[in-house]
Amino acid sequence: MRPAVAMKTYCVGLTFFFGPRVALAEQKASASEAGVLTDAPSVPPAITRKSPAHVVIHLEVKEVVQRLADGVEFTFWTFGGHVPGKFIRVRAGDFVEMHLDNHPDNKMPHNIDLHAVTGPGGGASSSFTAPGHSSVFSFQALNPGLFVYHCATAPVGMHIGNGMYGLILVEPKEGLPKVDHEFYVMQGEFYTAGPNGEAGLQPFSMAKAIEEKPEYVVFNGAVGALLGANALQAKVGETVRLFVGNGGPNLLSSFHVIGEIFDSVRQEAGTAVSHNVQTTLVPAGGAAVVDFKLNVPGTYIMVDHSITRAFNKGAMGQIKVTGPETKAIYSGKTGDEVYMPEGSRISVTQAAATPKTATANKAERVALGKSIFAANCAACHQVDGQGIPNAFPPLAGSDYLNADVKRAIRAVTGGLAGKLVVNGKEFNGVMPAWSLNDDEIASVLTFAYSSWGNTEQDVTADLVAANRVKPAGSGSGGER
Amino acid sequence: MFITATLALVLIPGGSYVPFFAKPPVPVAVGAFFLDEFQVTNGDYLQFVAQAPEWRRSRAKRAFVERDYLTSWAGDTDVTAEQIDGPVTNVSWFAARAYCRSQGKRLPTTDEWEFAAGQTGLSAEASKDAILAWYGRPSRVKLAPVKSAPANAAGIHGMHALVWEWVDDFNSSFVGSDERFVCGAGASEATDARDYAAFMRFAFRSSLKAPYTIKDLGFRCAKDPPP
Repeated sequence: MRPAVAMKTYCVGLTFFFGPRVALAEQKASASEAGVLTDAPSVPPAITRKSPAHVVIHLEVKEVVQRLADGVEFTFWTFGGHVPGKFIRVRAGDFVEMHLDNHPDNKMPHNIDLHAVTGPGGGASSSFTAPGHSSVFSFQALNPGLFVYHCATAPVGMHIGNGMYGLILVEPKEGLPKVDHEFYVMQGEFYTAGPNGEAGLQPFSMAKAIEEKPEYVVFNGAVGALLGANALQAKVGETVRLFVGNGGPNLLSSFHVIGEIFDSVRQEAGTAVSHNVQTTLVPAGGAAVVDFKLNVPGTYIMVDHSITRAFNKGAMGQIKVTGPETKAIYSGKTGDEVYMPEGSRISVTQAAATPKTATANKAERVALGKSIFAANCAACHQVDGQGIPNAFPPLAGSDYLNADVKRAIRAVTGGLAGKLVVNGKEFNGVMPAWSLNDDEIASVLTFAYSSWGNTEQDVTADLVAANRVKPAGSGSGGER
Repeated sequence: MFITATLALVLIPGGSYVPFFAKPPVPVAVGAFFLDEFQVTNGDYLQFVAQAPEWRRSRAKRAFVERDYLTSWAGDTDVTAEQIDGPVTNVSWFAARAYCRSQGKRLPTTDEWEFAAGQTGLSAEASKDAILAWYGRPSRVKLAPVKSAPANAAGIHGMHALVWEWVDDFNSSFVGSDERFVCGAGASEATDARDYAAFMRFAFRSSLKAPYTIKDLGFRCAKDPPP
């Protein structure tokens, strides 16, 4: 069912005019503007106007030889010079004047079927264009959504298989929720005559296309198009929207971002919004809009979770996220336990290597202790010694630490597990036993006592040696 | 200027073939005819416009040729030594027909062209791959001499190399509906949905109009046998 868009009814005498004719007249009277087109992964800016416009789009078809993978070239047929084709952004109700320009150097006739078009062939017959010619047709963008467009000239599997697809966003009239970044990611597979990795200009393999056995499955037209220096960039705390398309021609994509959960997904790029999605299915000739917030820094890998495509055929991209860590959400590796099936919950943690020179005085212990703390302790107790509520106890102003230095030595050398009350707050976790020598433990404790308003107690290596215990798992029991 | 004549005709004995879009797929008889051994070259066409000034670039009527008519030539009668043996392109159907007529010939029909082109001397699959390989290659800026293209089993050179070629009834595939070359519709009517090369050839022809002058489109002429 099509919604009744722009179905204003005018009454003139006894004659009723309604529907598209009126809409057309309105559109022609409205402002005309040139559509802003972008190459992936860029997306044109959000549309701010509040009324429909006459949008003129020029899309140039070019047949080009470009890189498919390192050392591998392919003859791509493109909408705009690259795969995927230019991103088109219009607003629901806009009247779109579509020009398809087939470059004179091209060998093939081409056309365009936009899934955003309501009309036969999605514009395919109306845009069928010989090399060196230009076709024009118009349509009203009735339905909001993210739509695939593609070439539909026979043999269509080869035209799409050579890269002739892209996305057109028909923004809903009320716009989309604001986000910090919008990116354009489109999957497609390539059927080359040579096997994956075979160098040189690879011809299209009709046989592999018909068998649906591609050599390459990639995002944005080439292996590595979104990796390394080409990775998408964002900062901690920002929201990201991916306009994800799948040109196919044949495979369905199980689109997933490793280490992220999509806060919202417009499944199949329609109106229904689903929340908390791990992997969304993007059909060939379909799309999805996924939004998520970036909470912790790191590199997030986009994959087709049909995973050998990612591992062996190129379906990988990266989002690099910079900014401060939030250990409460993700700690990073905090321990490397020796697994003992019948043993204790306490593990021995191999501390980061430090210089083995003995300290001569308190000042040296504070200095050495500071680096040991940063390398081993700050991940949980935090650089400012405040710990993390409900997870890791504070050292700053800690009654537990300040009350008993011998207990502190036993805790660091033997580890801790189970309930613990610090400054009136209960904690129930595990601290590993640390594989540090007497001087190192003396230094890190001296640093902790000398910081954050603690007692400034000096802890010597001799004191550590006298109070050291073995890790709980090795038989002598832990400290509570 | 010395002009290389490349006007040898080859006799194609009659026979039959199954057209790509035959419904039902019954063979069509093709009578014996002569076909140019090579595509018409720039040199050949230069000779023609020397004698037929109305077909020179500056004089040809816009109803018959588009703006790009003979665009690779430096002037009305200026062809470089490099171009002279290459196939003439950027010529319209009207122009190609006028040239053939001036030679006492005509353009081949689609059936004649396909029948001759089908005699590849290769197996069906090898033939498809070979043809598709040419279609898939990007357009060359400089076209090689027509004599550099290999001959097929019928003795005709370059039918699936260098350039596309006009046929007399290029627009006959419009009969019925042009939608047959759009998307899946094409496959349901074809005799062999695996023959991508044939799809491309028919799709290309159906995208044409008679005054079009396309960079990769040339022609050769045919002739009826004496009665």
